[in-house]
Amino acid sequence: MLVFEKGAPGRGMQILPKCDVETVSFGEDVSRAEAPRLPEMSESEVSRHYSDIARRCHGVNDGFYPLGSCTMKYNPRINEVTASLPGFTEIHPLQPENTVQGCLKAIKDTEDALCAITGMDAMTLQPAAGAHGEFTGLLLIKAYHEARGDKKRTKILVPDSAHGTNPASAAMNGCSVVSIPSDEDGYVDLDALRAAAGDDVAGLMLTNPNTVGLFDKNIKEITNIIHECGGLCYYDGANLNAIMGVVRPGDMGFDVVHLNLHKTFSTPHGGGGPGSGPVGCKEKLAQFLPSILVEEDADGLHMTKAADSIGEMKNFYGNFLVVIKALTYIASLGAEGLKEASQNAVLNANYMMHKLKSHYTMACKGICMHEFVMDIGDIKDATGVSAMDIAKGLLDYGIHPPTMYFPLIVHEALMVEPTETETRETLDHAVDVFIELAERAKSDPEALHSAPHNTVIGRPDEVKAARQPVLKYDFAAE
Amino acid sequence: MEIRAELKYSKSHEWVKEDGDVVVIGLTDYAQSELGDLVFVNLPEEGDEVAAGDAFADVESVKAVSDVYSPVSGTVAEVNEELMDAPESINESPYDAWFIKVSDVSETEELLTAEEYEAFVQSEQE
Amino acid sequence: MGSYVPGTKQEQLAMLSEIGLSSMDDLYVDVPADLKLQNGLDLPEGKSEMEVAAQIKELAKANKVYDTIFRGAGAYRHFIPAMVGNVVNKESLQTAYTPYQAEISQGILQSIFEYQTMICELTGMDVSNASVYDGGTAAAEAVAMCVDRKRKKALVSATVQPSVLEVIKTYAFGSGTEIVVVPEKDGVTDAEALAQMADKETACVLIQSPNYYGTLEDAQKLGEIAHGVGAKYVMSTNPISLGILKTPAEYGADIAIGEGQPLGMPIAFGGPYLGFMASTKAMMRKLPGRIVGETTDDDGRQAFVLTLQAREQHIRREKASSNICSNQALCALTVGVYLTTMGKEGLKEVAVQSASKAHYLAGKLEEAGLKVVNGGEFFHEFVTESDKDSAAVLAALDAEGILGGLPLEGNKILWCCTEVNTKAEMDKVAQIVKEVK
Repeated sequence: MLVFEKGAPGRGMQILPKCDVETVSFGEDVSRAEAPRLPEMSESEVSRHYSDIARRCHGVNDGFYPLGSCTMKYNPRINEVTASLPGFTEIHPLQPENTVQGCLKAIKDTEDALCAITGMDAMTLQPAAGAHGEFTGLLLIKAYHEARGDKKRTKILVPDSAHGTNPASAAMNGCSVVSIPSDEDGYVDLDALRAAAGDDVAGLMLTNPNTVGLFDKNIKEITNIIHECGGLCYYDGANLNAIMGVVRPGDMGFDVVHLNLHKTFSTPHGGGGPGSGPVGCKEKLAQFLPSILVEEDADGLHMTKAADSIGEMKNFYGNFLVVIKALTYIASLGAEGLKEASQNAVLNANYMMHKLKSHYTMACKGICMHEFVMDIGDIKDATGVSAMDIAKGLLDYGIHPPTMYFPLIVHEALMVEPTETETRETLDHAVDVFIELAERAKSDPEALHSAPHNTVIGRPDEVKAARQPVLKYDFAAE
Repeated sequence: MEIRAELKYSKSHEWVKEDGDVVVIGLTDYAQSELGDLVFVNLPEEGDEVAAGDAFADVESVKAVSDVYSPVSGTVAEVNEELMDAPESINESPYDAWFIKVSDVSETEELLTAEEYEAFVQSEQE
Repeated sequence: MGSYVPGTKQEQLAMLSEIGLSSMDDLYVDVPADLKLQNGLDLPEGKSEMEVAAQIKELAKANKVYDTIFRGAGAYRHFIPAMVGNVVNKESLQTAYTPYQAEISQGILQSIFEYQTMICELTGMDVSNASVYDGGTAAAEAVAMCVDRKRKKALVSATVQPSVLEVIKTYAFGSGTEIVVVPEKDGVTDAEALAQMADKETACVLIQSPNYYGTLEDAQKLGEIAHGVGAKYVMSTNPISLGILKTPAEYGADIAIGEGQPLGMPIAFGGPYLGFMASTKAMMRKLPGRIVGETTDDDGRQAFVLTLQAREQHIRREKASSNICSNQALCALTVGVYLTTMGKEGLKEVAVQSASKAHYLAGKLEEAGLKVVNGGEFFHEFVTESDKDSAAVLAALDAEGILGGLPLEGNKILWCCTEVNTKAEMDKVAQIVKEVK
């Protein structure tokens, strides 16, 4: 039942005291004709409404969440405590500099740590999410070329295994996207890359490990090819969770990176956000950074602007409280702990892949990084059961499905990323469930076509939703 | 799969009908069955120029979007706006659900006859 | 050292051996040896939870928390009911991913559907998306919605929040859209100048009302000028003001946007906040980001799903008009809980009290020797000017634990009141200001 179908006229809570000054009213010409139809409910009704909402959700805290490319690791509770300190939540973004020294220190500490982890020279925390970071990073690249009077570089090279945000971000920068094919093993096709590299290339966007879960061992050659043609290399940090403390994008030859604090650095996804997408860069791009730079002198910390800043990516300084959560995480784990997290993320993925490879076809042979891709194509050909059917079957076991139908280069893909925070028992149980579903595909495909069976709803009619969009409550139908 | 003998076809799965001065363009039955349930159509406006080989519209299913290409160059004389409200008609009767009528046709791609198109579709399926 | 890895060293070794490896290094065979970090990360050692809690608390303590704030300018301290924090901290909501798996995400999907309905109720518009990052990016995305092959220029009023204008310009640097600033006259958009500037290449006219100075714009007239040349009309508003003031829809807006922070989010040094975006039905398919729709499941039960997804980057890729993926979903939930808790009467009360207190403070400050210089009616922010040095005024307030208004050029100050400011506080401010020479 929707919130608009609950409560009764005149019901409500006493949240505010009576107004202690004379009230003003506005003329009819600037007043709304009718009040917005907001709920009128008692506090206990509201409380139950949202308990009901929360019951019909599945968070990391509810069960295993091997959603590839999303790094659904455990969200430590201490992060929530530190981010709700009034010394952060009650700070106005336009307070005088000398009254926000703690915030500035938090920003600086986080930037320094992220630079150390990525091998970059400078960092901005302003971007609100990964895609926002991509847009920011590509603007830095654009500003760099333009400042050198090099205006013909309008192409962004993107491998065909890339996240959809990559080409969309390139397009927002007015760039055309050139798709670089992957070779048979899922690596960047070097010959194709060489053929595409020219003086019209602004840069290359790459995820490494890539979306098939492979670390591209040719990475140094890849970044060299781009640098030789005058382009810059952009690192999509979506998969950083595989390599912290082992290898750094900066050392691979990347010039710009974005990170996802809501993936790698344990901040919660919130049902879709808020995230945080810091962007780091090498020295030669630092002069173009957006937002504030935090600089220190004898008087303390100061907010300055980059000399040739691209401008503001959003209001104020980013999703600050998300940054506090990530800083808490980094301080907790430290140098060794971050490396341990990455190693175990990779270990868990390989452990699951090893146990599943006699039941499912793997898109990558050999050792994977923090995630692996299963190709359901042969199961589909043999039984009619698709990646979607397997995914929906998992729902009945309280397991969130892997990412489906991505990367696009594997047609019936299920992309599994267990993360480092799961126990061996959880992995073993999930492996058993996957095997059971592979068996059921053969014995009872119909049961999987119609899965899930134990959830609050069955498969929704998405065609109906898109053909006749109902995007808000219809009050008239009351 | 229905292929109508009186129409001509492109390799990108549009059907083409010459109707006096104008050329009528739509999506083939094969195309609609490959795309699945269509939920929306983005159409050009009357007066827009189209070029042979370029996309002039796109069709959306729930999980995909596909371009529709023009086999001819010319000016959009008429747009079938009914498709906006009823994209399902492309699934239901693809040869009635025309997209645009093009006038002042200056250039036409090489088109396939019904037999040629049928052979082409079969080769694509293999 | 803190760690969230459950496996003991023995377990890790056992798992390695099961897959035929002997050490963690074996997992990284594909990483070229010369690229590997030799000496580990240059970071401090990890810490226990107790130590980290203390470390971060030290940072928080290094900030000054003002008991009393009279500063807005894009970030507003309102009262946040206890219900809000309780709900948004529920782990199932907080730790979930984007609800792509509708069968196990009905709660989140429903909460977004309720949010969309509430934003439509507030703005009067037909359709709302599920949020964007903040009010600044909402404005930039709105401009992108309006630009097409023939119209590539956006006219943006000089009276919008300055950082919002900056964000619009940054996005435009990427896309190549031309941004022209419409000058202000007496603290409001210069309608005559706008009429001169608007032409058939204008994609949209974007204004903010109440504007940056708190003044209500002549939104009717500005909208008519926009539509007169066939441009779209984008109106940014403060959502609290919509408890009582005329809606963007009533002013004829094609797109309504704004900063959602006042609806239950703390000021939090600038974020996370929320950008709301709503449009007419005609522009529905140009809205960026996620949208939830109602449908039925295979048994005919009511169900909610992410819909119209073919607009979005994961399907449309380089042809998508926006790259937004993660949004501010938990903040949208916050808005839903806030508006549900405040209710129909409560939101109106917040609006009335905020405006009333601003008018009371304006009166008291005039008595104290400042002059209110807004060019027209204002909502809950206003600008004063005087011979008194702004720095001296603000320093005197600061000494009493009060964050005064935001200093603008000259000796102008932009003040803000909300329902949390009391008469006693305002009388005290007036007294302190009066004593500044």
